[in-house]
Amino acid sequence: MKEEIIVSGRMNSMIDPTLHIWHWQIPLYLFLGGMAAGILCFAALYYLRGREKEYLTAVRVAPFLAPILLVIGLLALFADLRHRMYFWQLYANIRMQSPMSWGAWTLMVITPVSFIWSALHIRDIFPEWNWRYKWLFNLEVFFNRHKTALAWIMLIFGLILGIYTGILLSAFNARPLWNTSILGPLFLASGLSAGAATIIFLSKDPAERKQFAKIDLAIIGIELFLIIHMFMGYLASSQVQIEAARMFLGGEYTASFWIFVVILGLIIPALLEILELRKYHIPAVVSPLLVIFGSFMLRFIIVYAGQMSRYLY
Amino acid sequence: MRYAMAADTLKCVGCSDCVVACQAENKVPIGYCRDWIVEVTDGTYPVLEMEIRSERCNHCVNAPCVRCCPTGASRYIEGGIVVVVPDKCIGCGACIASCPYDARYPHPAGYVDKCTFCAHRIKKGMDPACVAVCPTKCLYFGDLHDPNSDVSQVLRKRKHKTLVPEAGTDPQLYFLI
Repeated sequence: MKEEIIVSGRMNSMIDPTLHIWHWQIPLYLFLGGMAAGILCFAALYYLRGREKEYLTAVRVAPFLAPILLVIGLLALFADLRHRMYFWQLYANIRMQSPMSWGAWTLMVITPVSFIWSALHIRDIFPEWNWRYKWLFNLEVFFNRHKTALAWIMLIFGLILGIYTGILLSAFNARPLWNTSILGPLFLASGLSAGAATIIFLSKDPAERKQFAKIDLAIIGIELFLIIHMFMGYLASSQVQIEAARMFLGGEYTASFWIFVVILGLIIPALLEILELRKYHIPAVVSPLLVIFGSFMLRFIIVYAGQMSRYLY
Repeated sequence: MRYAMAADTLKCVGCSDCVVACQAENKVPIGYCRDWIVEVTDGTYPVLEMEIRSERCNHCVNAPCVRCCPTGASRYIEGGIVVVVPDKCIGCGACIASCPYDARYPHPAGYVDKCTFCAHRIKKGMDPACVAVCPTKCLYFGDLHDPNSDVSQVLRKRKHKTLVPEAGTDPQLYFLI
């Protein structure tokens, strides 16, 4: 039998025997960022279409979660840095070729915007809210006047935030699993789906829940298509990508990916939503929670498995 | 100017002197290395073949680490050498994930560290530490644009390869085979 034995003298921490430079912080951020992006996009979209009254949760309530999710995500990103005191260098440079750089700038725009949007709707949660200082009232008046512009920024930067998390990984051609342009749209779809699920979870209005269940169902369909398309792409590509796909087709990530992401995170919630739309009584929290869980697992599995896929030994 | 290195896989005995010289010259923290030895044995017993390679950063012409770096800490300097500026590095690990050769590592001080082709020695007209100490003289270094440099001469004479050229990085570490 022909064999190849490779012995390497290198044993660098976090690099060998397989790369493990990124831990829970990165997938957690990718998940939270994607979910916040989904929530903000739906809020902006329905506001711009003038459907604020019908979709109250989507436009006014769910966005309260976005700044919280973003701040937790940013803290996770900060925790991941190893040369933390230099993090400001991210904002001393714009590097168009680096998705991480424009992701950092996107966060710089969308995080304050999400805070402003929440502040404009704070009386929906705390009816007695008082800003105390006159300049804060003036700011509120100013942003209320420019709410349409704010919504457009939220929609556009929300979409960028949702898709960049996937592009970030796909830019690493050294990791064959990540090196597919499907990852951007897949992560965007997964983020939008998690956003829609959050709205279903929070909403008490059956009409709104029904609308977002339909949206979620459509996005789940798109995600399933993208996942199949992604594996077709790997299997029709070079040897390293075929090997990357094999981790999911009989290899060590097979069970976790197909059970947690595809079955529990996509197929079962889709079936439950179909049954619900057909007036069966399904506990309303089950399918959104499964969708959010699947979205979370997708990021974790892709980030961890990607680091194991490689070109050399 | 285009610096490059060639390693003779037929002359190398895998003594790791290059590794130790680099660790001493560049004060590489204990347990880490900027260059390393790889031994590949293949074939069917008893017909076996062994290739020994002294590997390090490939100082790629199209370096994915430079492309992915969000702050510009990873950059090209004169002669196409790829370096990290510690005071600009945030330690995000993007360059580490982007390197098909896994040639970079997180320095315990926080920033990312890697082979510099001993840029500080080249400036003084000396060879990189690994080249200078090699007991079998199997490492060649120099400017590819200079036809008389050691590396240009040996690459003209000998059959050679690079590692995973299909990764699209245009690596500048050649292996004589």
